[in-house]
Amino acid sequence: MSELKSWKEIPEGVVIEEAGNSEEYKTGAWRSFRPIWYKDRCIQCYRCWTFCPDLSILIKEGKVAGINYEYCKGCGICAHECPKKANAIEMVPERT
Amino acid sequence: MQKFDAFTGNLAVATAMKQINPDVCAAYPITPSTEIMMIFADFVSNGEVNTELVTVESEHSAMSACIGASLAGGRVMTATSSAGLAYMWELLSVASGLRCSMVLTCVNRALSAPLNIHCDHSDAMGAKDTGWIQIFSENAQEAYDNVIQAVKITEHKDVRLPVMVCVDGFIISHSYEKMQYMEDKEVRDFIGEFNPYRSLLNVEKPETFGAMVLPNYYMEFKRQVREGMEKARRVILDVGNEFGSRFGRYYGYFENYMLDDAEIVFVVMSSAAGTVKHVVKNLRDRGIKAGVLKPRVFRPFPAREIAEALKNSKVICVLDRAETFGAEGGPLYLEIKAALQTAKSSATIISRIFGLGQRDFLPVHVENIYKEMAGYFETGNIKMFDYVNVRD
Repeated sequence: MSELKSWKEIPEGVVIEEAGNSEEYKTGAWRSFRPIWYKDRCIQCYRCWTFCPDLSILIKEGKVAGINYEYCKGCGICAHECPKKANAIEMVPERT
Repeated sequence: MQKFDAFTGNLAVATAMKQINPDVCAAYPITPSTEIMMIFADFVSNGEVNTELVTVESEHSAMSACIGASLAGGRVMTATSSAGLAYMWELLSVASGLRCSMVLTCVNRALSAPLNIHCDHSDAMGAKDTGWIQIFSENAQEAYDNVIQAVKITEHKDVRLPVMVCVDGFIISHSYEKMQYMEDKEVRDFIGEFNPYRSLLNVEKPETFGAMVLPNYYMEFKRQVREGMEKARRVILDVGNEFGSRFGRYYGYFENYMLDDAEIVFVVMSSAAGTVKHVVKNLRDRGIKAGVLKPRVFRPFPAREIAEALKNSKVICVLDRAETFGAEGGPLYLEIKAALQTAKSSATIISRIFGLGQRDFLPVHVENIYKEMAGYFETGNIKMFDYVNVRD
């Protein structure tokens, strides 16, 4: 988190002046379950990428390449959507 | 060039709205404020204004639509009463927190239960701590003048907080009285063009409005609202003076009536002030040093100025048309008492609750309170809190 500003320095009315700044806010610490992606089981159907609400499925050279743990909140939608026959994503409890 | 005519309070407010010609009005009907939007809807249908009138399904939606329209950069107005304002309550602090400029006319009406459509201030007093500027009107003339001034106050760059103009239900909203009004052009020249400092619809520079804020920033945004409220103090006086210099009717934080050397003082807002002034005039004719202070601006509360105005008072009766159930006295009483404590006043200050659900408040009731206050000088005893005109 960047240095905290005083009430005189921030825009009035709870306005965020720059668009697309959610990248600066890392939400990975919210996770209580961590998705584990198994490359050998993945059939590259992109269902996890399609349904992830946080763009946390990494794509490299057109292929699913893992999970971005800086932003993944551990919602489990990717594991739920992964086809049963592949079962390439498993949710495991996050160690505290 | 001003003219005289007969106006009800609601017609006065609707006429002011016509002359203001807001961009957006979103409202839902509730007695006794319904008529304001009814009359205004005629102005819209007849093409006398360019307003987008949004007929929403509830007051919650009305205030939500007003907030959106205000953030989009529009000049926004609405009206409501009682349960309608209560249903808006969640959104009232959203409007102030997001620094929305808008004007709401609250035609004051009691809260249920028991269900009652008549006047008291429990609706507005329930909203006193939501970050809205609150201005109370004694009659149709003040309602008209206050609504026009409210536009200039809410849009001022140092303020940008919503303004609630309060008008007593039925007593003012539905009674005809003589009122002086301006020409449309005079009103439009006075309020000027609205220059919003941001707009939700500005696609050239997209911004996020209404984001969630965690504990590390929430207090900073609330501190800003207080700053807007503090700066509103000067703006309210400036606007009241400019209004006076243009139209001949000057407005400040409160009205003093025979107050200078008064030892027995009544503090009362809105329409009941007329009744109290009438009795005080009679007391003066009998050589009694009585006076009235009628607060006009309740938020921001002009504590220092009121304490100064009351510095010669010996016994002060604060009349509240709203209950606080369990506090030491009514909401106005608590403000006055706090102001006088800060000023180290030695006056005795009593609280009287009157007119709930529009119970009659007549000159005889004021005279009875006067007798209690006069008796205090002899006995040193007086009830600190009481109801007026209630069957015991």
